[in-house]
Amino acid sequence: MNQTASDNALEVRDLTVAYHEKPVLWDIDLTVPKGILMAVVGPNGAGKTTLIKSVLGLLKPAAGQVSIFGRSYETSRPLVGYVPQRGSVDWDFPTCVLDVVLMGRYGSLGWIKRPGKADRDLAVQALGKVGMDKLASRQISQLSGGQQQRVFLARALVQQAELYFMDEPFQGVDAKTERAIIDILKELRSSGKTVLVVHHDLQTVPEYFDWVTLLNVRCIASGPVTDVFTEQNLRTAYGGRVAFKSQIAAGTEAEP
Amino acid sequence: MNNAQIEIQLIAVIVAAACAIPGVFLVLRRMALLSDAISHAILLGIVLAFFVVQDLTSPFLIIAAAATGLLTVYLVEMLNRSKLVREDAAIGLVFPVLFSIGVILISRFAGDVHLDIDAVLLGELAFAPFSRFEIAGTDLGPRALWLMGGILIINLTLIIVFFKELKLVSFDPGLASALGVSPVAIHYLLMSQVSVTAVGAFDAVGSVLVVALMIAPPATAYLLTDSLPRMIVYSVLIGMAGALSGYWVAHSLDVSIAGCMAGMSGVLFAVAFALAPRRGLLAQALRRRRQKWEFAIAMLVIHLFTHEDLPEAESECRVDHLTEHLAWSESFARQVVERTVDSDSAVLEGPLLRLTDSGRAMAREAIVSWAPQG
Repeated sequence: MNQTASDNALEVRDLTVAYHEKPVLWDIDLTVPKGILMAVVGPNGAGKTTLIKSVLGLLKPAAGQVSIFGRSYETSRPLVGYVPQRGSVDWDFPTCVLDVVLMGRYGSLGWIKRPGKADRDLAVQALGKVGMDKLASRQISQLSGGQQQRVFLARALVQQAELYFMDEPFQGVDAKTERAIIDILKELRSSGKTVLVVHHDLQTVPEYFDWVTLLNVRCIASGPVTDVFTEQNLRTAYGGRVAFKSQIAAGTEAEP
Repeated sequence: MNNAQIEIQLIAVIVAAACAIPGVFLVLRRMALLSDAISHAILLGIVLAFFVVQDLTSPFLIIAAAATGLLTVYLVEMLNRSKLVREDAAIGLVFPVLFSIGVILISRFAGDVHLDIDAVLLGELAFAPFSRFEIAGTDLGPRALWLMGGILIINLTLIIVFFKELKLVSFDPGLASALGVSPVAIHYLLMSQVSVTAVGAFDAVGSVLVVALMIAPPATAYLLTDSLPRMIVYSVLIGMAGALSGYWVAHSLDVSIAGCMAGMSGVLFAVAFALAPRRGLLAQALRRRRQKWEFAIAMLVIHLFTHEDLPEAESECRVDHLTEHLAWSESFARQVVERTVDSDSAVLEGPLLRLTDSGRAMAREAIVSWAPQG
């Protein structure tokens, strides 16, 4: 817990995660400074979701250390917001939009206590931000994919965290929702929050994010997009399947 | 009604309510089969505890049985985690083992006590009033009534106190554990509830029918509401209704009360399945029928919209050409045209269909609303 450590939102040291003897993440070192928008990209099975889950303590790593604002996850829990993959929950669950957003408050409420008016106001406000305030009382099974993702984002907003982990928030959403999400991500960044996003679409990395981590079981590269989002690194991360990568990388390199 | 009848109905209603409460979360968490496993496996706990204390009314039996229930859950999870056995197969492997050990022990060593396999499987509610709860010689009512009343109060209290946590863990275990609400702790809390409830209800309705009382009312309530608190209340009420109606059916036919209670729960489910306001079969069929016409009208309006004011309009918008262009049967096309004209979306001008302003607006809106949206 030294001085320099807490300048970073997240520090991962020598993190190895294995399912049985097969390593899914292999000795990951990762530093995420405060106030940046970072994409985590890599091919399928690269361990992107596993990385988030083991940082959040949802998976037990075989080795390594994670510190969030210089402390353990248990201590920093109130500072961390999490948006799981949309497909990881049952959208036929008998509940409404507002109720799902309120779940974001459960962490700060602690056990047993119920959400009150202040929590409800926060939830309504967050729904307004994602353009869903009119649908607050809607049953969640009636939402489109994009609306489901917005609900999840609103739920993360009411967590009022400092560091957000989002697992594929752009997965299967329409262009309008993608726009809305990226606006909110940028707003979070400008208010000093740190956001780490598992991302699939390499084309939009330079446009949406300022930092990027290329992952493929190992951490291939991590840093500002302009420095590390290069053809060389993409080739290393994605192996042979880089036919279309050169133009993406070229696009970034054209930037100063 | 005599005293015993009233007591039996009271017990039936309380058993049903106590079972329905944890049942809601079993259904929502897709763990209905675990209740089957637990309710069978607890037999082993009851038998083993009986050998130790030699008393069928000892509270020690309940503790031992509940522990066996949790052991079942643990073993199922262990097998499942090994990735060599899927969960349904794990359930199918674990509980028959524990149950059969119980059955063998009863048949070998306990032949002369009141612990026979029929009673275990089906229970006998009619005998419940014979076993009394007495303190210092004062009769306080049937033992089963006190036992299940206590379990009902425990279940209600737990569901109220941990409502938020149960909901969160059931809906999104990932977020729950990120927020520090342990899904494992909540899972075992729920499983303890299921085990204790199953042990208590065991005497009254037997191990097979406990499952019906735990699963059928929540499954019925799920069809009737979109709100979790309401689903819990409905489940309890439906369970009670099944219990009471089951009692009277059994009374008039002079058959097993527990059997009729479970049977009536099934009947109530079937009624909801057919007639539930939005999710029932009938509502779905009606909705599909309505949508079929709405969709056909929209198709026609869009078809007219796409081709109006174009050179080919003359042929595309002719009523007698619709069968060819849209591949509709003649009678279907005629009905759609009739309904479209009735809805003021188009007017007939001789053989041609022409959109009205409202029809044009509808076409535009339909095109927009079917585009991918957020």
